Amino acid sequence: MNKQPWKIIVAAILLSTGLNSAQAADPIKIGSFLTVTGPASFLGDPELKTLQLYVESINAGGGINGRPVELIHYDTGGKAQDAVGFVKRLIKNDNVDLIVGGTTSGDTLAAIPEVEKEGIPLVSLAGAVDIVEPVKKWVFKVAHSDRMAAAKIFEDLRKRKLTKVALITGDGGFDKSGREQLLKLAPEYGITIVADESYGNKDTDITAQLTKIRATDAQAIINFGFGQTPAIVTKNIKQLGIKLPVYQSHGVASKTFIDLAGDAAEGVRLPAAALVVAEQLPDSDPQKPVLLAYKKQYEAKYGPVSTFGGHAYDGLFIAVEAVKRAGGTDKAKVRDQIEKTKGFIGASGVFNMTPEDHMGLNLDAFKMVEIHNGGWKIVE
Amino acid sequence: MRLTGFYALALVAGLLPVLFPGNYFITVVGIAAGLNVILAVGLNLLIGYAGQISLGHAAFFGMGAYASAILTTRYAFPPLLALSAGLISAGLMAWGLARPILRLHGHYLAMATLGFGIIIHVIMVQATGWTGGPDGLTGIPLLVLFGWAVDSDQRWYFVIMATMLLAVWLALNLVDSRIGRALRAVRGSEFGARMMGIDTARAKTQVFVVSALFAAFAGSLFAHQQGFVSPDSFNLSISIDLVIMVVLGGMASTFGAAFGAIALTLLHEGLVVFEDYEMLIHGALLMAVMIFLPQGLFVGLSQGARRGWTLVCRRQ
Repeated sequence: MNKQPWKIIVAAILLSTGLNSAQAADPIKIGSFLTVTGPASFLGDPELKTLQLYVESINAGGGINGRPVELIHYDTGGKAQDAVGFVKRLIKNDNVDLIVGGTTSGDTLAAIPEVEKEGIPLVSLAGAVDIVEPVKKWVFKVAHSDRMAAAKIFEDLRKRKLTKVALITGDGGFDKSGREQLLKLAPEYGITIVADESYGNKDTDITAQLTKIRATDAQAIINFGFGQTPAIVTKNIKQLGIKLPVYQSHGVASKTFIDLAGDAAEGVRLPAAALVVAEQLPDSDPQKPVLLAYKKQYEAKYGPVSTFGGHAYDGLFIAVEAVKRAGGTDKAKVRDQIEKTKGFIGASGVFNMTPEDHMGLNLDAFKMVEIHNGGWKIVE
Repeated sequence: MRLTGFYALALVAGLLPVLFPGNYFITVVGIAAGLNVILAVGLNLLIGYAGQISLGHAAFFGMGAYASAILTTRYAFPPLLALSAGLISAGLMAWGLARPILRLHGHYLAMATLGFGIIIHVIMVQATGWTGGPDGLTGIPLLVLFGWAVDSDQRWYFVIMATMLLAVWLALNLVDSRIGRALRAVRGSEFGARMMGIDTARAKTQVFVVSALFAAFAGSLFAHQQGFVSPDSFNLSISIDLVIMVVLGGMASTFGAAFGAIALTLLHEGLVVFEDYEMLIHGALLMAVMIFLPQGLFVGLSQGARRGWTLVCRRQ
């Protein structure tokens, strides 16, 4: 008598799983691992919201090829080791068809060996060029790379005929990778690095390093970093009365930076995705309608957009379009179709992927913007 | 009789993949649990038996991992040679550190090992030319054991389980040896142990080196198994996790440490589904164990089971 309830429960479970599999059309499973908590949460949070928002609207519109989309997400908290574990879990336990994610370069780079071994398409939302250089069979990325940011800044310096610059970067992965690209590209643009200072990303005062920079003959200062410290750097520059042009990276292309740096942010230039200046784009720009639509849909539910959410939009739709063209979720076919992405107009630019280029963005994807009256202004 | 628990563990480790073939929680999580068991059992020798705290144990784990990663990727060392180099460097480091560090007690020892762990972590982050900096090193080749490439989760499971069993067996034997008895004497009273004719400095140095070797070995396997290393895997929170495993399972019991390692790994994996509440539940569970089972999960639960059993017997 005692054992009866167990039997009923077991029977119920068996029955319900049997019913489930018979009922619903096989969903397309999209796996994701993002940094929704921790120091890089300001990147991962809008990315996850974007994914959830659009998966919902894809399903409301009947799914892909008549199949619903299921999003399975794990939060890495920015810990690379966890990223590897979650990617394994997505592939082996959740049996996902493809993966969109890796908010940070560290997370993505950690996951690559597993992804390559298992042969599953991965569309990364992180920045480092190392992710797609050298080209890896199954790995794609949609975020602007740090090399593009460096090139864009140097291009602008060349236009302003400034040749001597001082670098100041943090000790995080993003900072270091950016610094490396700046140092590598400088000779190509005829630019001399006259100072190369660094700070800890938890520092609250950077005046010592900036004082050193003031003593050099630098004509401009480039600060490559994300989070709060670049705002402190910008403030300190103003406090020290340094009048040089200041460049920041795309890592601070958010309203938060302007709020944190306050007045000091006036006149700061940075390469940014077109999303931050969507309204100012000429109507002839093919990206404008896409950007405005994304902005509208996102802001209706969550408040101000950030360019990082835009990466998730691009990653998701490049994958979705590839699944549509492949006519199913065969991993090899989907991979081939992602590689054939041509003229995809996304939030970060127009994507043209090739077997040699698994990112497919060119320098036009960045706009050089200047902070003006607490807002963004295109300066090209 | 002494090794009954060991045979039981070996049986479970061997049977699980047969009973649940290809199950993610066995092959993938099992590998992580196995590595943690090696680490915890090694650390337990130091914390549980010798009564010395270490808050920097992840550093030795990291040294093994980075030795394998750097030597195989940058200098094309064969994996086993790189592994040996990792063992030797971690062993030497532990030996060099042991004398000055293990003269300290209590909080001071905790501080010193904490500092050591942080220094090694900083080196991993800053020495970009060697370690690849915060982004770490990728492209670590497969582990090949005498022509047998460890290239699937199943194979890794067997390699790690075999190593884990070896580690447990070594620890059990060590504990029951002359050295093990000397260590327990040191924990009881260092002064008393010295009066009994035990060279306490030597005993402590030995156990520190052994536990560093366990960690470095696990680190090398970890590097090959993940194909990637980054400083995140060897930071302070990992060191603390290791101490938690030892304490959670029950100090001064090899099976306790192993049990703690498995429990914490599974807990972490199981709580992921709760997303935002993960840390909350995690913390609450740890507190509950410490309050209600202060001798640790293993000892506490086995005592509870025994008590329950006698109660059942009496009723009949």
